[in-house]
Amino acid sequence: MAAVTASFQRSRRARLQAFRYVVLIAAAIFFLVPLLAMFEFSTRSGNDFNTPRTLTYWQQIFDFPDLVAAITASLQLAAITSAAMLVLLVPTMVWVRLKLKSLSRIVEFICLLPLTIPAIVLVVGFYPMYQWMGNNFSDNILTLSFAYVILVLPYCYRALDAGLGAIDVKTLTEAARSLGASWFTVMWRVIVPNISNAILNAALLSVALVLGEYTIAQNLLYNNLQVEIAQLGRANAGVSIAVAVASLLFAFILLVVLAFVGRRRRQASETLVQDFARGGRK
Amino acid sequence: MTAAGNPAVTTTAGRPIVGGRRLPLDWVGAVPFFAYVAVFLLLPTGIILVGAFLAENGSATLTNFSSLGNADIVKASLQTVLLSAVTAVVGASLGALVAYAVATGNPDGILRRIVVSASGVLAQFGGVTLAFAFLATIGPAGLVYLFLKQHGIDFYSGGYWIYDLRGLQLVYLYFQIPLMVLVFIPAVDGIKPQWREAAESLGGGTWHYWRYVAGPLLFPAFIGCALLLFANAFSAYATANALINQGAPVLSQQINNALSSEVGLHKPGLANAIAIEMIVIVVLATVLYSLLQRRSSRWLQ
Amino acid sequence: MKLGSLTRQLGLAVVAFVLVAACGSSTGGGSASCSESTAKTATSASACGGMDALVAAAKSEGKLNVIALPPDWANYGAIISGFTAKYGIAITSNNPNGSSQDEVNAVTQLGTSSRAPDVLDIGMAVALANTADFAPYKVATWNDILDSQKEPTGLWFQDYGGYMSVGYDSSKVPTITSLSDLLGSAFKGKVALNGDPTQANAALNGVMMASLANGGSLDDISKGVDFFHQLKQAGNFVPVQATTATVKNGTTPVVFDWDYLSAAHGTDVPTWKVFVPNNAVLGGYYAQAINKNAPHPAAARLWEEYLYSDEGQNLWLKGLARPVRMAAMQKAGTIDQTAAAALPPVTGTPVFLSASQATAASAYLASHWSAAIS
Repeated sequence: MAAVTASFQRSRRARLQAFRYVVLIAAAIFFLVPLLAMFEFSTRSGNDFNTPRTLTYWQQIFDFPDLVAAITASLQLAAITSAAMLVLLVPTMVWVRLKLKSLSRIVEFICLLPLTIPAIVLVVGFYPMYQWMGNNFSDNILTLSFAYVILVLPYCYRALDAGLGAIDVKTLTEAARSLGASWFTVMWRVIVPNISNAILNAALLSVALVLGEYTIAQNLLYNNLQVEIAQLGRANAGVSIAVAVASLLFAFILLVVLAFVGRRRRQASETLVQDFARGGRK
Repeated sequence: MTAAGNPAVTTTAGRPIVGGRRLPLDWVGAVPFFAYVAVFLLLPTGIILVGAFLAENGSATLTNFSSLGNADIVKASLQTVLLSAVTAVVGASLGALVAYAVATGNPDGILRRIVVSASGVLAQFGGVTLAFAFLATIGPAGLVYLFLKQHGIDFYSGGYWIYDLRGLQLVYLYFQIPLMVLVFIPAVDGIKPQWREAAESLGGGTWHYWRYVAGPLLFPAFIGCALLLFANAFSAYATANALINQGAPVLSQQINNALSSEVGLHKPGLANAIAIEMIVIVVLATVLYSLLQRRSSRWLQ
Repeated sequence: MKLGSLTRQLGLAVVAFVLVAACGSSTGGGSASCSESTAKTATSASACGGMDALVAAAKSEGKLNVIALPPDWANYGAIISGFTAKYGIAITSNNPNGSSQDEVNAVTQLGTSSRAPDVLDIGMAVALANTADFAPYKVATWNDILDSQKEPTGLWFQDYGGYMSVGYDSSKVPTITSLSDLLGSAFKGKVALNGDPTQANAALNGVMMASLANGGSLDDISKGVDFFHQLKQAGNFVPVQATTATVKNGTTPVVFDWDYLSAAHGTDVPTWKVFVPNNAVLGGYYAQAINKNAPHPAAARLWEEYLYSDEGQNLWLKGLARPVRMAAMQKAGTIDQTAAAALPPVTGTPVFLSASQATAASAYLASHWSAAIS
């Protein structure tokens, strides 16, 4: 009998917990300290660490009316881009996995292409299209979402690919189809719930990218959030850093809210095993 | 259960089979994606490619491509490849550790949501502000540096490494690691605890589990994400430009100089040619990745 | 005889009619005399029916697109809000950190789009290279601008300028009395240049100023490149992009920049001083131009009129830049005396780079700068 003793399990569990603590605390230090340094700088009233603290620069952020319009536009762009990206990518990736395996390398490369071309050059290629769109279709800032869907492709493809690779798409689809499900049902009620984490991550990546995007909007002469922040940044040093920290906080809170909205469905068997692994029952 | 035999029969149930041969209607499913990409990605890329063959006055020329052999551009190419490769490998490894630390926790817990959201935000954080964040921390006027200096530790005594490529590598990790966490977590989620139990019940320890079970299964996703990190670092511009504003050491800065120079060194054709060179380099990296993928899939047999 | 008097009366009536019609158009009796199509090709306010007609036409256009005008650059923030307050025309300010070349790129790439920039504020090298994109226009105060500072038909005309200087935080580094001070150990890791000289006009002039101070000349920038090489060898040169934040927190306490831009740091750092070496007074002016395909041609021309009015010129002066009409305004007594007194003191004879000298300098930099500072 090759039984795993409870004490062996507990020591393994303890080692895993120790590993998790060390890694997460090290990561927290590496990532939080620079942000705290920025926040500290934005509250300096003088030019030294030892000057009295002030919140005037933070208050000055609200004196800029153009910021609200820019935030609204960026939020709308984020929503449109995420939705369009999911609608475009998820069915395509599933379809390629099932039926067009020969195309998977091509799709993968195409999804990596936007990242290989720096944004400052990519925008040169966008100019004719946007000029045509401006004259014949619309000049609205929301047309930026056409470009943004392309920009998020690399990241979202990778997240969705990792998610799709972890489930057996072929078997799930065949099972559902043999039970008479339509393609729409297969996508919406079989595949999507099983890769909900990957979809959530892809959506979070898109939202974060759109909120942080600067180069394309600036070169096409649209005023999105980051362009407006750059404008603000010229006012004075304190405001420029305060508004940068504020925009990070804003994006973070938005993503946390989105992460709570995204539901997760775990398979029942996983729940049992997780309970077991936590060392509860035998 | 499913009908054994040609899956095409079950999956195309309802479609008429004409003349004994199935019409290749599968391709239709890929049309929306390829149409969109053709208009908004391949067309711009084509414009850039054509632009690389044009001189300032609009005539066709190959000098833009021959200029790629200039000492400055060759140096920038090598430095950028090295920078991207180092930050990709280190970022992927450290990011994978953090992803694993998070994924092995409570899947519905607050820690996971916070780490995933923070990773999303930090993965896109860059540019002048990120450079400043590091300068305010470990720069020569930074809090941590001054604090340590007061206590006798001066890590710039050998030179200001923060201002050259070593410093840039450290700063790049700040967005590489969160990006890795975000794109790699779905792969780690796919590891089933039963596999660990199974490995242990067969007498294997941690090493055997990782070497023969989880490692080979995670490796394709790992190198795919590492490739993404490589391309991400390769095309990054604003952060490098904020930290090392002189001499254009990174390829994307060479492009910017060629496009935005207001002192008469404006060469849009050269900028396009450098962009094509960058695409070629990433194609080579992708080919390398494919080879690694194929080798690792053999381990799974 | 009756026929003769009839003819005379008819003739008089015709002449009277022509006179009245001529008078009517020259006094700009209606806004119809400066429509969008005439504004597009108007080469002066009078050609468009007079200032009032121009103002009316601009107001009916209602918008103005400007580019690369950061609010802290020569007081553009106040100029933009002043213009909007005076005429009620909304200004869209895009790409504040763009270079002069970026402005021209936007004009070329956006073509006839309604978001194309209407007016440009560019360095001389870019202005001279792109006159095909501009529309000629002469502002009302055209004669106050020296011939050497404008293009004869009005394709471009200089607007403001200053002298290349070294700005520094006097609480972090000792007082600078000559450029060679910068090579000392007190300046270790502290000296920055505003931009890459192969890219930015201000940085190229910074290196040229260093060259002039070290025995070079307007035709020889190599001494300047050598100076920065020495700075780098001594460990004093900082390659970081100098921003208001890096200046305030002490990462770049010494910056080579135009004196009016440098003086702006005084708001964040009260101990900020500006030093112009008396053996190297290198001046530089920027130039205005109107986009040939401006989506708002009347507003564009009104903006130029505003910039070159006493009000506009004094606003630039408040930003510590030297407006191009300064000499004429001093003579006429319309200069803002307090602002003029606040200008950084400059001794010595100013010199200016010519177009060919700038081209030669940038060619030298293209082949030598990268090696010098790496």
